Amino acid sequence: MPYALCFLLFVIGLYCAVVKKNMVKIVIGIMIMEYAVNLFLIMLGYRIGGIAPIIDKGALKPGTEQLTAAFLNTSVDPLPQALVLTAIVISLGSLALMISICIRTYERYGTFDITKIRRLRG
Amino acid sequence: MAVFYILLLFILIAAIIAVETENLLGAVICIGAIGFGASLMFLFLRAPDIAITQIVVEVLGLIILIRACISRELTFISGPREFFGVVVSVVIIFAIFLAGVKVLETLPAFGTPIFAEAPEAASQTYIEEGLEKTGAANLVASVILDFRAYDTLGEVTVLFTSIIGATVILRKKTKKLLEEPDI
Amino acid sequence: MKGMTIIVKTISSWVKVLIFLFGIYIILFGHLTPGGGFAGGVILASSYVLLMLAFGREFAEKNLSLPVASKLDCAGAFAFAVIAILGLVLGGSFFVNFLYQKYLPGQALNLISAGTIPLLNIAIGLKVAASLFLVILTLSIFKPDISANKKEQN
Repeated sequence: MPYALCFLLFVIGLYCAVVKKNMVKIVIGIMIMEYAVNLFLIMLGYRIGGIAPIIDKGALKPGTEQLTAAFLNTSVDPLPQALVLTAIVISLGSLALMISICIRTYERYGTFDITKIRRLRG
Repeated sequence: MAVFYILLLFILIAAIIAVETENLLGAVICIGAIGFGASLMFLFLRAPDIAITQIVVEVLGLIILIRACISRELTFISGPREFFGVVVSVVIIFAIFLAGVKVLETLPAFGTPIFAEAPEAASQTYIEEGLEKTGAANLVASVILDFRAYDTLGEVTVLFTSIIGATVILRKKTKKLLEEPDI
Repeated sequence: MKGMTIIVKTISSWVKVLIFLFGIYIILFGHLTPGGGFAGGVILASSYVLLMLAFGREFAEKNLSLPVASKLDCAGAFAFAVIAILGLVLGGSFFVNFLYQKYLPGQALNLISAGTIPLLNIAIGLKVAASLFLVILTLSIFKPDISANKKEQN
């Protein structure tokens, strides 16, 4: 059920990116899709009653460097978190690129409306 | 579990407002609300690294978006709406949503990660042998910087290229370049 | 871009130092506590953005100008590549954690441990901070030239 709500958020972003005519609204739709994908990946690795995958003094057996069985049985998955960490910073870089294209287009044509930007001269 | 549903409902309402409002500044503020709700959700899903990164990236993203919307004469988008195109798009997107919900039922239920069902998954090795093979206490840092360092190299390259692209697009052409004679 | 009132200027001149220090802490302890190079780099960039928003763009440009920021950006990416190639030279293969496996094991849960992971964190933090400040400074320098386009259309 939470997976379906996350997919609904993705579909709302897809509707905004496809139907709207304002260029900044299209960029907002793409960002909503990126948030939905990151949320879905982290929800895949969750364990009910789990703890964060960070080792501290309480997770080691006293005196040695071995992990207790309690930590091994209740930690959440660290692999989706590693993938999402880079994805969030990449989304900021691509947002900067999209907004710079929008600002340049506004300077050239005077409007944000995509149905009026038709002339393909250089 | 009730916390997840409340936060997801908050995020969905903010997304619907961001899509439908005509005021661009209001839509940008709703994006800020979505990012804040997502960061809280990451905290309850036991991912503290991601929560810190999400909230600071959210703040910088808001500054970049507001720079594009403010102090421009916002021309009102007028003209006849294409009714046929909008109806066809909505029907196709609804069909995609129904098909996706059917696919999502084949995943394991919410709350059991994949490596609890398949004991040979890669995450089991990362958790058990992460400390003795890399020496880092933060398992996520040991995954992105030792076990899977190629992905981090690719990410640094993508960030570098997109920033170079954004800097080149916003360069001002001086008039002298346009008037050079062809030799 | 002009600055803000004197209350904002006074408070932000104290707060930006704390934000900078917090960003350095998150980068350096990235292998022991949550955080790492990416989050710490974005926090460092946001301390300079606070300086730019409160005091105006010219003051921030005197503090950290465009050529210096782009050179720091390249230096961060170059340091990342050098550590990777050193893994090939001194270890067996590309990107191997040569400091942990051969020279300097260190104790777990201390600051000096985990080999090349803190060095890679510092390189990534420097690169991300310089990149994001560069792009926000470029976005605020850009002033659209509406009159030149109207002349072209007529």
